[in-house]
Amino acid sequence: MSLVTNPTEVETSRTRRRSYGRYVVGKILGSVASLGFVLVVNFFLFRVLPGDPARNLTRGRFVDKKQLAEFNQTYGLDQSVPQQFVTYLKNTFSGDLGISIKYRVPVSQLLVDRMWPTLLLVGTSTILAAVIGVWLGIRGAWKRGGVFDRTSTGTSLTLYSMPEWWLGLLLIAVFAVGWGPIPGIFPTGGLHSVDAQPGTLSGVLDTAWHLTLPVITLTLAYLADYSLIMRSSLLDELGEDYLTTARAKGLRDIVVRNRHAVPNALLPTTTVIALSIGFVVSGAITIETVFSIPGLGLLGVDALEVPDYWVLQGTFMVAAAGVILANLVANLLYGLLDPRVRT
Amino acid sequence: MSAVESDGTAGLPVTLSARQLARRRRRESFLRSWRVFRRNRSGMLGLTILTVFVVIAVAAPLLASSQGLEVTQATGGVLEPPSSQYWLGTDDQGRSVLTLLIWGARISLFVGLAATVISMVIGTLIGLVSGFSGGWAGAMLFRLTEWFLVIPFLPLAIVLATVLGRSLFNIVLVIGVTSWPGTALLIRSQTLSIKERAYIERARVLGAGRWHQMSRHVLPNVMPMVFANTTLTVAIAILTETTLSFLGLGDPTRVSWGSMLDDAFQVGAITTGAWWFIVPPGVCVVLVVLAFTLIGQALEEVLNPRLKGR
Repeated sequence: MSLVTNPTEVETSRTRRRSYGRYVVGKILGSVASLGFVLVVNFFLFRVLPGDPARNLTRGRFVDKKQLAEFNQTYGLDQSVPQQFVTYLKNTFSGDLGISIKYRVPVSQLLVDRMWPTLLLVGTSTILAAVIGVWLGIRGAWKRGGVFDRTSTGTSLTLYSMPEWWLGLLLIAVFAVGWGPIPGIFPTGGLHSVDAQPGTLSGVLDTAWHLTLPVITLTLAYLADYSLIMRSSLLDELGEDYLTTARAKGLRDIVVRNRHAVPNALLPTTTVIALSIGFVVSGAITIETVFSIPGLGLLGVDALEVPDYWVLQGTFMVAAAGVILANLVANLLYGLLDPRVRT
Repeated sequence: MSAVESDGTAGLPVTLSARQLARRRRRESFLRSWRVFRRNRSGMLGLTILTVFVVIAVAAPLLASSQGLEVTQATGGVLEPPSSQYWLGTDDQGRSVLTLLIWGARISLFVGLAATVISMVIGTLIGLVSGFSGGWAGAMLFRLTEWFLVIPFLPLAIVLATVLGRSLFNIVLVIGVTSWPGTALLIRSQTLSIKERAYIERARVLGAGRWHQMSRHVLPNVMPMVFANTTLTVAIAILTETTLSFLGLGDPTRVSWGSMLDDAFQVGAITTGAWWFIVPPGVCVVLVVLAFTLIGQALEEVLNPRLKGR
């Protein structure tokens, strides 16, 4: 931190920037490759499905041969497999993901409509869980073996072993239906009341009231993961020499913890939180089912019963793309925070 | 055996063949690990819980007649609360919940263990080969692992289960082929570090082929890690089985804890207050998964003393 910048310092900062550039390009290329892999898996997975898509789609309706042929032509089903793959890519990139058998509307439109409830639910819960989980992990690790640590580790392990939707069922039974002296004050499901006016303050509050139980459930389910990881990565730092140095300098315990140990312990936690986004998606699927929240997860589960192949394919693609994107963002952030990983 | 005894009296290990020596060393290290494990309280708690459930699963025909699973032979009323005859009440078809629970333990444990075997075999093979062979093949396998790690696990499992159809075997297969990437990464990193050790070089210099090096030198050394990882994978596999069954993708002809919860949810046991149909299966899942997690953590601690005191 000298006032005069000497030439060698400029030099190092330039190489550092260049190496981050290379890191970014590498990560982006990796994500594009992963997306390509998902596209290929998606194509073949749904081509080996039993049944004829045209016949499935028109089930229960009278259609003549001409219409069937037209349908097959639109989705390229009358072509050879490599040609079908090209058509599939073309359709996917132009946003045509097929038509829902159940709702009879384009899948892409369904996906866009259903995306917001999921993002709201998952986003709120992930942020809450990360903040609370990291805090629990720090407190537990700093006073390792204490009452707080043992209680929070035990609770976290139990929550970690619990199917999150079962926890949701219990919360519904107790706080929505009512159990013993506890009155059921929350709704059992849905995103808003029938008479709610969207856009007004009462409408927003109504949605918040509906989302309270699902958000609590998901937060509890995720925070177990985060608190256990934060705890163990802080424990890893505890034996390090720089903490002894910091203490020897006479720094207060709280400063040693918050300014020296925690920033270093947060690094591995960031990666794990990023990697757990795949699990976040699975939580959304089951919790939306239990609380009947009309998001992407419920859309996918409902599609299972029909079975609505195009919708399944679309939701799978969106889920995979979302996870890949989230991973990319996390990786880029991580590279910015910790120069050591840019190799 | 006699060789070991003569070793004790003569004090010379020449009487032991190389294989006997290796076997004895392995047994000693196993006993040493067991002694450390036994001191781990949470690990022992997990082992105790697991033993209870394994005994229940194995002895299911003795504890409750399998006729109790037949809908046509149900004797109780619909969703009867617990009584002296039905300790945990009845389900929506008049079957005893306790009987379903006991038989469900079999399916849940079986699926968890069988899926883990598949996952372990795939994960260990891919991890070993990608770590050991390096170069083009190794890089490809590593990429493949990363891809599977990135694809959201449950959606993939759901799609696969839909494509393959609903049967016990398919559930095992689906969980097995979707849960291996974590293991593969772990084995790969272990292999990479073991590969550089001197004794591998010695084996190579003595003319050992790739296969011999991998199977006789690297594999035995990564095996303990595989073992610790296995118990954690079983926990995830059981959770996944429960979730897939809850979503209606389980084997429709068999009762598992997940399918019981699916039934309970479908018939509205929550709103009618039939807690005996919801709480017990969930508690069983939590206990078994917790048991495997505790054992896995304890094993990791035994094998990696650096983690001690966590």
